[in-house]
Amino acid sequence: MSLSISLAINGRKHDVALDDPRVTLLDLLRERLDLPGTKKGCDRGQCGACTVLIDGRRINSCLTLAASLDGAEITTIEGLSDGEDLHPVQAAFIEHDAFQCGYCTPGQIMSAVGLIKEGMAGDDPERVRELMSGNICRCGAYQGITEAVLEAQRKLADREKPATGKDAA
Amino acid sequence: MSPDTQSTTIPRHVRHGSNAGQPVSRRDGVLKVTGAATYAADNHPEGMLHAVIVPSTIARGRVRSLDVSAAKAHPGIVEVITPENRIPLHFDPNDKMPPFGFRVEVLQDDSVRYVNQPIAVVVAETLEAATEGARLLAPRYEEELPRTDLDNGERYDAEAVGVGAPAVTTAGDIDAGFAAATRVTEAEYYTPPQYHNAMEPHAVVAEWNGDHLTLDMPNQALRMSAASYAQYFGIPVENVLIRSPFLGGGFGSKAILNGPQILGILAARQVGRPVKLVLTRAQMYGPVGHRGRTWQKLRLGTDAEGKLTALHHTSIGATSSFDDFVEPAANTSLMLYASPAIRADHKGLRLDIGTPGPMRAPGEASGSAALEVAIDEAAQACGMDPLAFRLANYAETEPTSGRPYSSKALRECYEQGAASFGWSNRPLEPGTMRDENGFLVGWGMGTAVFPCPQFPAEARATLRADGTALVETGGVDMGQGAWTALAQLAAEALGLDLDQVEFHSGRSDLPDGGVAGGSGHTASAGQALSNAGSDVIAQLSEIAVNDPDSPLFGAGNIGVVAGEGRLYRRDDETRSETYAEILARAGRAELVGSGKSGRDPASADRFAMNSHGAVFAEVKVDPALMQVKVTRLVGAFAAGRVINPKLVRSQYYGGMIWGISFALQEEALADRRTGRIMNADLAEYHVPVNADVPEMEAILVPEVDPHVSPLGIKGVGEIGVTGTVGAIANAVWHATGIRVRKYPIRLEDLLARR
Ligand code: FES
Ligand code: FES
Repeated sequence: MSLSISLAINGRKHDVALDDPRVTLLDLLRERLDLPGTKKGCDRGQCGACTVLIDGRRINSCLTLAASLDGAEITTIEGLSDGEDLHPVQAAFIEHDAFQCGYCTPGQIMSAVGLIKEGMAGDDPERVRELMSGNICRCGAYQGITEAVLEAQRKLADREKPATGKDAA
Repeated sequence: MSPDTQSTTIPRHVRHGSNAGQPVSRRDGVLKVTGAATYAADNHPEGMLHAVIVPSTIARGRVRSLDVSAAKAHPGIVEVITPENRIPLHFDPNDKMPPFGFRVEVLQDDSVRYVNQPIAVVVAETLEAATEGARLLAPRYEEELPRTDLDNGERYDAEAVGVGAPAVTTAGDIDAGFAAATRVTEAEYYTPPQYHNAMEPHAVVAEWNGDHLTLDMPNQALRMSAASYAQYFGIPVENVLIRSPFLGGGFGSKAILNGPQILGILAARQVGRPVKLVLTRAQMYGPVGHRGRTWQKLRLGTDAEGKLTALHHTSIGATSSFDDFVEPAANTSLMLYASPAIRADHKGLRLDIGTPGPMRAPGEASGSAALEVAIDEAAQACGMDPLAFRLANYAETEPTSGRPYSSKALRECYEQGAASFGWSNRPLEPGTMRDENGFLVGWGMGTAVFPCPQFPAEARATLRADGTALVETGGVDMGQGAWTALAQLAAEALGLDLDQVEFHSGRSDLPDGGVAGGSGHTASAGQALSNAGSDVIAQLSEIAVNDPDSPLFGAGNIGVVAGEGRLYRRDDETRSETYAEILARAGRAELVGSGKSGRDPASADRFAMNSHGAVFAEVKVDPALMQVKVTRLVGAFAAGRVINPKLVRSQYYGGMIWGISFALQEEALADRRTGRIMNADLAEYHVPVNADVPEMEAILVPEVDPHVSPLGIKGVGEIGVTGTVGAIANAVWHATGIRVRKYPIRLEDLLARR
């Protein structure tokens, strides 16, 4: 069988002739489109390692059948930075040592980007912890993750403020 | 947060601004935050097939039939490998390969010895097809009643525990010790089976080229593993290349060869194409090791002053029916508290489970989880503050041997941890503190301890014509930050800035970087790298001081120091020259140096060597639901010289979070009737998520140790787990007045005894 879908991944259009209806978005990215940055930790929606943004929302790509995504816009960890310029969440993760082995990191970062967009955490670390709890980090980099999310959120908010003279810096 | 501290002040660093001791960010950070860091399963060589393990669903018996034809009929299936057709191996998997090999299940026969044992491998063009093919095999079994617990397992006298540690150790006269006691406390403690659950499942991408084998796999011991695979497949060791640039966590589970990874390699050989085999999360509960459960008993004798007169620690450790790894839990009691008589003994218990193995602080974590509570109970019995009791029993020398410690800043850990936590305000009686919401509040503490081994390792340093360097060792970064800390050490020895040092590691064809385990990798590979760098500098100095055209000519006896890419005359820093200038004049394109690591045997004999720490925990317990939450955690650790405080702090946090997990969350539960693990996934096998973890503090207590190694580094990877577990359990008691002596502490345990 072959089923054709069309996706925009990291701003690039992909016409995919699916060889199998069972393919998840995660396995499509990793095994067929050469985008292995998104990680598989459980394949069951229990760890968050596979988090990507679909139309701006954070989603476990292991639980999403690729065939159901015709026309979707997908952002993965590979599409987050602007060339050499890291996204503020990525930069904050490095600064706050928000990872050790790095395996959960793509998922954590995509989840953080989604969370900041959702705007539900405010500047409360307790809320950030709660709302980042779909992403397991076995290395236990949580302290850094929480700090990084809060800092990146501040930076992004500053960026969006209309530049009123000097205080934009 | 306390200021960053470092324990060394070698003048050259101060003068020339070495990077060692600095909290630099991870060098692989950009790769890891952009998705560009490649883990084993990210590889996809041309023509690659997918292999999927078929796991047994019974714990004991044999496989009667597999529907191979149904699987083979599924589109995309290339091969179904069973004991009937699997190609032979050159090493008997029922034997243990030295030095650390375990017996493995690689389809050698139709027997089933535990749940999730591989019983077939399906190879297919796609992962989807292989997965479906595995399902279609529909195994039928001849099932025997599994042995799953203390009451039906077979007890035996273990010859050794852990990795070759003695099963029984006695120091002093234990009976006399108890006879001299005015008070004896005694209790039993249970620790459950725990699974490493690194976020990255075990994986291998295997590619054969004639008799040459290339493996992409997460691996904590590159050279040792390469040698073992060579033996299994009957090829010369130099034909095996293991690439393991990034591991998605190891915690001990990726140090020892296991059946599934061997099967992935075997499948590639058998089908003549590259193969990727990745375990599912559920399949990680069996063939790749776990922390074996223990049933421990502690008996403590104390005198009228609250001093220990005798300490007896017994542990029964579960292992598999066919191999031995008994958690060396009781040996923790040999390391910590002064007592004229100490005895630690172990027994094994055979169950129908996968063989346990080393898991982050193997022995120390489980042993400390029991010992630290027993100490708390003894303090309570003596009416003493738990910290005062620990200080009264402080071991000035190693308890069993009387040897001095190479260094031991544990007293400082107690002081600084207690001060930061506010321990002195702790009421002695339990159940007396409440917060503003009416929650029960409890404070507890535990002592942390872990050995600090230094393993053999080798490294190479090459100084290049432009004055930059390449340093190489086959080391392993599973998240501890080796790529950064090791490069810092090399840069320091070379007198270069970190960004002038190119660092190659994570491959088995580099100089042997040793094992990333036992919290000894920085001390081991780091020492080798440091020595390699020093070797290069010595060669360079030799050239310069003998060159009449060099400003350093004749400085031979006075000596030179290296820093910022220059050699300086020791007594006159205005006389200096860059490395590049020295090399250019000598017409040398490069200088190559080598270095080794290994502990000085005389020091190892003379001194007891450990890292130490103190952990203080606050818990809050909802009085209606008895739900426990850790609300504060302060750890103070002394572990010799700190190379990168940022990374070290992360190691401590990670270890302490594992302590939370051990105390309150982790437990694999087997169905007694089938032996099947009922929670073999990340939804029901609980590990901490972000919301389970409070704001933590890790205090880096300065400690100078001239004996552990020339660099004075101990180790930080595992110690954080120890101490923390007991601290939390003791805090739960302090909040509620209820002693729960089995882990994890669950709200139902508290509700039942409220
Ligand atoms: S891999 Fe998708 S949630 Fe774990
Ligand atoms: S960094 Fe290793 S799992 Fe999060």
